[in-house]
Amino acid sequence: MEKKQGLWREFTKGIVKENPVLRLVLGCCATLAVTTAASNAIGMGAATTFVLVCSNAAISLLRSIIPNKVRIPAFITIIAGFVTVVQLFIKAFSPALDTALGVFLPLIVVNCIILGRAEMFASKNKVLPSVIDGLGMGVGFTAAMLAMGVIRELLGAGTVFGLPILSGFMEPIIIFLLPPGGFFVFGMLIALAGKLSKEGKAPEATGCASCPLAASCTKIHEKGKGDAD
Amino acid sequence: MDGQTIKTLVAIFLAAILTENYVLNKFLGICPFLGVSKKLDTAFGMSCAVTVVMVIATAVTWPLYTFLLVPQGLSYLQTIVFILVIAALVQLLETALRKYMPPLYSALGIYLPLITTNCAVLGVTMLVLEKGAADPGFGYLQSLVNAFGSGIGFLVAMLLFAGVRERLEECDIPETFQGLPITLVAASLVAVSFLGFNGVVDRLM
Repeated sequence: MEKKQGLWREFTKGIVKENPVLRLVLGCCATLAVTTAASNAIGMGAATTFVLVCSNAAISLLRSIIPNKVRIPAFITIIAGFVTVVQLFIKAFSPALDTALGVFLPLIVVNCIILGRAEMFASKNKVLPSVIDGLGMGVGFTAAMLAMGVIRELLGAGTVFGLPILSGFMEPIIIFLLPPGGFFVFGMLIALAGKLSKEGKAPEATGCASCPLAASCTKIHEKGKGDAD
Repeated sequence: MDGQTIKTLVAIFLAAILTENYVLNKFLGICPFLGVSKKLDTAFGMSCAVTVVMVIATAVTWPLYTFLLVPQGLSYLQTIVFILVIAALVQLLETALRKYMPPLYSALGIYLPLITTNCAVLGVTMLVLEKGAADPGFGYLQSLVNAFGSGIGFLVAMLLFAGVRERLEECDIPETFQGLPITLVAASLVAVSFLGFNGVVDRLM
């Protein structure tokens, strides 16, 4: 029973407390780029979740075999393999989604949520918790993207999932579909999520703590500070 | 090289900076854009490293894809091959810089590990091939110019934004918006200004 609760917690933390997009602020490129329509957000979310679950499982299984020194390249190769599977699958069964996601489909490979979970969780935990962690993070990613997609599609095109909701009620505000609208809605959602969170404020910067490359970034910031003195 | 080719190359270069800006129009490389743009000098160093890697990565992956993967019917391996080539290149570049150009290494070296997983670099190698597939006139040279322009576009966006952020530090911002939200709203306004370039390059042609 206790074990079940533990797994449930692994699952829900990705959706609420450690939502990868709104709280950890990882994978912002995909979040901003494909959320011009709610259906794209779902497609991208599902593709990313699949890769996340599979790569977490594979990396967790291989965690004692992969030498520590080459772990990042090894993780990237495993992730790239699963991304290729997803790419071929979507090309075969949903060419429209393939066109809509464009270059961002192969770019799942450099989505820092996946590498971040591999480094922070899967390489240190057993298979079942890793899969659950991947699933929770994937669902959290999808939910946040869906929220952005719905807001941007509703305000920018007057539709949700292609259904006309606002037609005749107000003119669509096209800028919400353009890049500035993406940044703006994302900023608003992060502010809202921060306000509702326990800490009561939004994160200071992108998800450095969960990023496998945090060490390099910290060095850069220290250099910046050093030069300013 | 005739005049028409040069004209096209200039147009490709300017388009890559202004109308197809990687950060502000295509949402590629947002992480360094938000993460490393706090100070002007780090923003400049990071962008230079990104530009160098973008050009070198395109110079290597373009022939690899066109002359090896496509004839062998292996184009579906694009994602895996490209990310590994970029990872190896960045490692090589780091080693070479450290050995032969220590001053440059001390300036750019710390940014290099971050670049392997930068989506702008992987993105440019794939997008130039997409453009090449759509327009047969978009060959190797055009791809390299596009990659260089995209790097410079990244630099322009980073520098502009670093300037905006330095100003933001002194502003009185509501608590809920402090940190990332106000940064994103500022990015949104910078992106609005770049919308103004739409159509400029078409007129040049």
